[in-house]
Amino acid sequence: MFESLGISPQVFFGQLMLGFINGSFYAILSLGLSIIFGLLNIINFTHGAQYMLGAFVAWMLLAYLGIGYWWALLLAPIIVGVLGMIVERVLISRLYHLDHLYGLLLTFGLALILQGVLRNAYGVSGLPYSVPPQLTGGQNLGFMYLPNYRMWAAIVALAVCLATWFLIEKTRLGGYLRAANEDPVMLGAFGINVPRMLTLTYGFGVALAAFAGVLAAPIYSVNPNMGADLIIIVFAVVVIGGMGSILGSIFTGLGLGLVEGLTKVVYPEASSVVIFVIMAIVLLIKPAGLFGRTV
Amino acid sequence: MKKTGFLLTSFAALLTAASASAQDIPVKIGVLTDLSGVYADASGPGSVFAAELAVEDFTRQSPGLNVEVISADHQNKGDVASSIARRWLDDDVNAIVDIAASSTAFAVHELLRDSNALALFSSAASSGLTGEDCSPHSVHWTYDTWMLAHGTGRAVLEAGGDSWFFIAPDYTFGHTLVEQTSAVVQENGGEVLGSVSHPFPGQDFSSFILQAQASGAKVIGLANSGQDMINAVRQAREFGVTQGGQSIAAIMLNIHDVHSLGLEASQGLLFASVFDWNLNEGTREWSARFEEKMGTKPSMMQAGVYSAVLHYLKSVEATGTTDADTVVTNMKDTPTDDPLFGKGRIRADGRKIHDAYLFKVKEPSASEGPWDYFEVVSTIPADLAFRPIEDGGCPLAQ
Repeated sequence: MFESLGISPQVFFGQLMLGFINGSFYAILSLGLSIIFGLLNIINFTHGAQYMLGAFVAWMLLAYLGIGYWWALLLAPIIVGVLGMIVERVLISRLYHLDHLYGLLLTFGLALILQGVLRNAYGVSGLPYSVPPQLTGGQNLGFMYLPNYRMWAAIVALAVCLATWFLIEKTRLGGYLRAANEDPVMLGAFGINVPRMLTLTYGFGVALAAFAGVLAAPIYSVNPNMGADLIIIVFAVVVIGGMGSILGSIFTGLGLGLVEGLTKVVYPEASSVVIFVIMAIVLLIKPAGLFGRTV
Repeated sequence: MKKTGFLLTSFAALLTAASASAQDIPVKIGVLTDLSGVYADASGPGSVFAAELAVEDFTRQSPGLNVEVISADHQNKGDVASSIARRWLDDDVNAIVDIAASSTAFAVHELLRDSNALALFSSAASSGLTGEDCSPHSVHWTYDTWMLAHGTGRAVLEAGGDSWFFIAPDYTFGHTLVEQTSAVVQENGGEVLGSVSHPFPGQDFSSFILQAQASGAKVIGLANSGQDMINAVRQAREFGVTQGGQSIAAIMLNIHDVHSLGLEASQGLLFASVFDWNLNEGTREWSARFEEKMGTKPSMMQAGVYSAVLHYLKSVEATGTTDADTVVTNMKDTPTDDPLFGKGRIRADGRKIHDAYLFKVKEPSASEGPWDYFEVVSTIPADLAFRPIEDGGCPLAQ
């Protein structure tokens, strides 16, 4: 099989591993998008910028306050999440009764503003952020050299994804959230503060993006464009998985990471389009997405 | 009487023409560059400011020209570049300067071929601009892929790197750079074990690095630049490329790249370039002015914009016109001399030539502070630094 594709087993397994790691990033990002869309009906185009902001806040914590990676992993999502909640309260909440398109345009505009401001202040070449000393180095797996940090980032991202799935699908709080999506008026009649729940949900989705940003900071250079490049792919992941489907986002994220990884070996020039080709096919055959329910 | 009248009128016309050459010729220079993408630090707003500095310095000495500098963002897309250039031509722009990616450069290059405006390329790299498709209205100023391939390629070969694997962006610049560096490697007894083209711009290079590691090549040649190159170097270190006995050759390296990577990650890299702010008194003085406004030291592309605009304005003043053919002929006939690139000239094919240098990135302990990153290993004389004119196949050179 490997010979027919013109690649060695070493390269093949190496790419599978990398695809899995990249896929876990897609998963955590598309999960946040999916939650926000599923519960708020907002297509959050600021997601990529919020991911970038997570990385920037981690860098700022280190550069200005001397706070390192481990605290940043906790603090940056909280800071960006709170900023997200303010944006939801002040701006997004005014759009719930309007068409999706308004939310999309508002969040897209916010993303451009965030990117522009940071680009103006810090340039585009990027700021260095080091791998924490506990996670430097790597393991020789025989077929590849796997940096410890990548492995850590992938495992943590997946753990957070599964915990989120559990929270939403299996707990009482999650039940409220799903109910708020089905029938907000009824839930409000039961004495639940629905607007506050929506604000917290948006904050949580944004915090997931920022968390992914902190995880990504030591891998990529922290630069204002890092989210813009990724967000389009993540949107495709959400569409393929089915808008609003949580497990769908996780599985599709991982699966597309693998497909993209293999394309990079077989025909690297196509690696940036392969996901969109799959998206087009999925939309033709199953318009609601692989895991989506037809409405 | 009639004759005298005609003579008088002609004389008056000549007089106005002459006085026009001394004062108030309107000159419009458009800086078309990447104001927001991957090349915005090395070109971008800094290039616009470099053009403004050139105008400022020129008009201080000869206030005769009425020069206006405008700018636009071509987003590294050929179609955007050509529609802006088209609009500028309608607005009587006389010269389009900089242009940050080879794909956008070719769009402008072709558009201006039959127009009455000149293209002065400083950031674009592809040596194809002065090759078979050369244009009488294009001047390629600062550097090109041939110079990078030969400068960097030879230096790395001499240091023992005789088998290569390339990682390149999937567009003209990357393809040309790989082709030319491969030729240098093979001509000098080395071998090329493979290459991979990544989508531009890229973010995650791990797959490509893994392929480069699997190839067993001694040298991984990075034929990308800007943010792509920074990410690739960072990730190559992460994946233990150097521990595995391979070395990285960044064929094109800019001061902003090193500033972002840090000396720890980039020390020891050998690369060819034509400019560093710390070369001599002239470059230091100009760079200090640049830094005061921009907050960073200039790249070679930004320095090139300054030098190109200055020479262009000198020729406009000397010929008293902005007619593209007249000005470009004068530019080619007049040797260049400025504080940033020293003495040089523009060849018939549009290639500007000047000395190039082989630089080495300093060790952190040898650096005296921010921006003190490079030491000169050797100087490559102007005539050897660029492709010989007869090898390019430019019809203008025959």
